[in-house]
Amino acid sequence: MSFFVNLALGLLFGAGLVVSGMSDPAKVLNFLDLFGTWDPSLAFVMGGAVMVAFVGYRLVLTRAEPIVGDRFHLPTRSDIDARIVAGPAIFGIGWGLGGFCPGPALTALGLGATGTLAFIPAMILGMWAARLLADGTAAPRPA
Amino acid sequence: MTEFTPIASLIGGMMIGLSAVLLMLWEGRIAGISGIAGRLLPPYRDGAFLSRFGFVVGLVAAPLAMIALGGVEISQTVSSNIPLMVAAGLLVGFGSVWGNGCTSGHGVCGLSRLSTRSIVATGVFMATAIVTVFLVRHVIGA
Repeated sequence: MSFFVNLALGLLFGAGLVVSGMSDPAKVLNFLDLFGTWDPSLAFVMGGAVMVAFVGYRLVLTRAEPIVGDRFHLPTRSDIDARIVAGPAIFGIGWGLGGFCPGPALTALGLGATGTLAFIPAMILGMWAARLLADGTAAPRPA
Repeated sequence: MTEFTPIASLIGGMMIGLSAVLLMLWEGRIAGISGIAGRLLPPYRDGAFLSRFGFVVGLVAAPLAMIALGGVEISQTVSSNIPLMVAAGLLVGFGSVWGNGCTSGHGVCGLSRLSTRSIVATGVFMATAIVTVFLVRHVIGA
């Protein structure tokens, strides 16, 4: 059941990326090109998404628990450590090089562009490497 | 040049926000794509693999379903420079997981929750992305 609900939510998210134009790396790169061919569209995507989520999260979180599952899995940390700066710094360089972040890249996969087919396996590998490295450097988990 | 599309981008953004809200309502999780995609590979620590797999299948299928149902044309310009795209993929994958989120987890969900860490993360990745594009387009002149 959760598979199909998530499938529907992934379709909605992916359709949002396509409708908003964010599945096109050229539009993303032009947003980032403040001193060239600037296209402010991405700010409207984030604005629309944040507006809905800001209100929607507040409504949803008045509930005691989600529909399935025992609790809301909300990040609780508020400390600024090296990883919360270094990770996004590295991510931003890659985003600026290719114009893809993870969501739009996955949405572009089925369209089969050569650059996308090169990007996706590298991204998955990078994600996996970061998880393994994080596990290696994290404090030992209680058994 | 790409066309400035404020209305379509706002509507698309609201669809993304709605998906994030419904995922929180359904199973109490943040709609962060790097978190979802990054946990498709082992090790598996919770029972949410099928959920994550379903979400990713939906993301990948979305444009194909739109083309099949609505006959929409999706225009896309992706660099075909393979070494560049491999490097970009490695950096995006590593950095997003190392920093616990990307444009969706930090940029959309985190900002909506007014999370300090997400505000810092979003500021940092926007800054390095803007500098990268500036260097590539206006200094190196690619």
